[in-house]
Amino acid sequence: MIFLTRRATFSASHYYWNEAWPEEKNRQVFGRCANRNGHGHNYTLEVTVAGEPDPVTGFVVDLKWLKDVIEREVLAAWDHRHLNLEVPEFSKAMPTTENIAVAAWSRLERTVDAAGGARLSRVRVYETPEIFAEYRGHDGQISARPPGAEGAR
Amino acid sequence: MKAFFGRRYTFSASHRLHTPALSEEQNSAAYGKCNNPHGHGHNYVVEVLVGGPIDAETGMVIDLARLDRVVQATVLERFDYTNLNLDPMFSNRVPTTENLCKAVFQLLQEPVAPAELAHVRVEETENNSFEYYGEGSNGNDD
Repeated sequence: MIFLTRRATFSASHYYWNEAWPEEKNRQVFGRCANRNGHGHNYTLEVTVAGEPDPVTGFVVDLKWLKDVIEREVLAAWDHRHLNLEVPEFSKAMPTTENIAVAAWSRLERTVDAAGGARLSRVRVYETPEIFAEYRGHDGQISARPPGAEGAR
Repeated sequence: MKAFFGRRYTFSASHRLHTPALSEEQNSAAYGKCNNPHGHGHNYVVEVLVGGPIDAETGMVIDLARLDRVVQATVLERFDYTNLNLDPMFSNRVPTTENLCKAVFQLLQEPVAPAELAHVRVEETENNSFEYYGEGSNGNDD
C-alpha cells in the first residue's frame, strides 16, 4: 500500500462562538477566537490517499486529477470565504481546525473512493504552521481502509 | 467520531551521545561528532498529536490552551536551555532523539488525559526526525 499526499492552501476567516453559551463563557473558553468580527488564516490542507500503484502508469492516482478534485470539492467552497457565515457545514458546527478536517474529509471521501484504485486515507488541516488537526475516518485508524473494504467502517 | 489535534513546540538543549557500555573508541565510532566530550546543542521541534472525540459544544478534541500549559509545564520547562545528559530521565539512557522522543511521550501521556496521546514527533534538525506511538503500538496510532 502506498500513501500519496497532495497539499493545497486556502485562505478563510472564522470565529468561535457557541450561541448556547453566555458571552462571558464564550470569551473565557475561546479567548481571542471569540471576536465576532472574525479573523483569518492561510490554511494548508493535506490530502492523503492510499492504494497500489497502477501497473501501467505507476500512479496510485493521477495527481492532476486529485488537485482538481480538491479545488472543486473543497477550495471552491472555502477559499476566500467566511467559514461561519458562508459555508453550510459550519452554520451549526464550530469551524475549529478539528471540524474543518472532518468537513474536508466529508467533501472528498465519495469522489476519491468512487474513482477506484485509491481510498481517502487521511486529511490534515494546518491552521498555522504550528497548529493542525487530522481526520482518518470515523474509527481513527489509518490502515483500516483497503480499497473495497466497506465493512471496515 | 475520533479526530486528532496536533501542535508544534520548540526548545533548545545540549547533549552528548556517549554510553559507559562502550569503550572510548567504540563510542567515537558509534556516535561520531555527537560524541564530542563537551556536547553540542539543537533547536528541537516537538510535535504532539492527541486523539479523541470532538466535543459537541466546543468543536475541539482538546483545549489548545490546556495542551500548551501541559507541554510547557511538563516538557519545555524541564528541557529548554538545559543539558539533557544531566536530566534524571537520561541518567541511565543516552539522550538520543529516539530516547528523547520516548521521554516526551512518557511525560505527556497522563497529563493530556482524557485525550489520548497518539504520537510524539521530535525533529532534531531539519533533516532528521523521530516518532513514538507508545508501547505496543504498530505505528498506526490505534
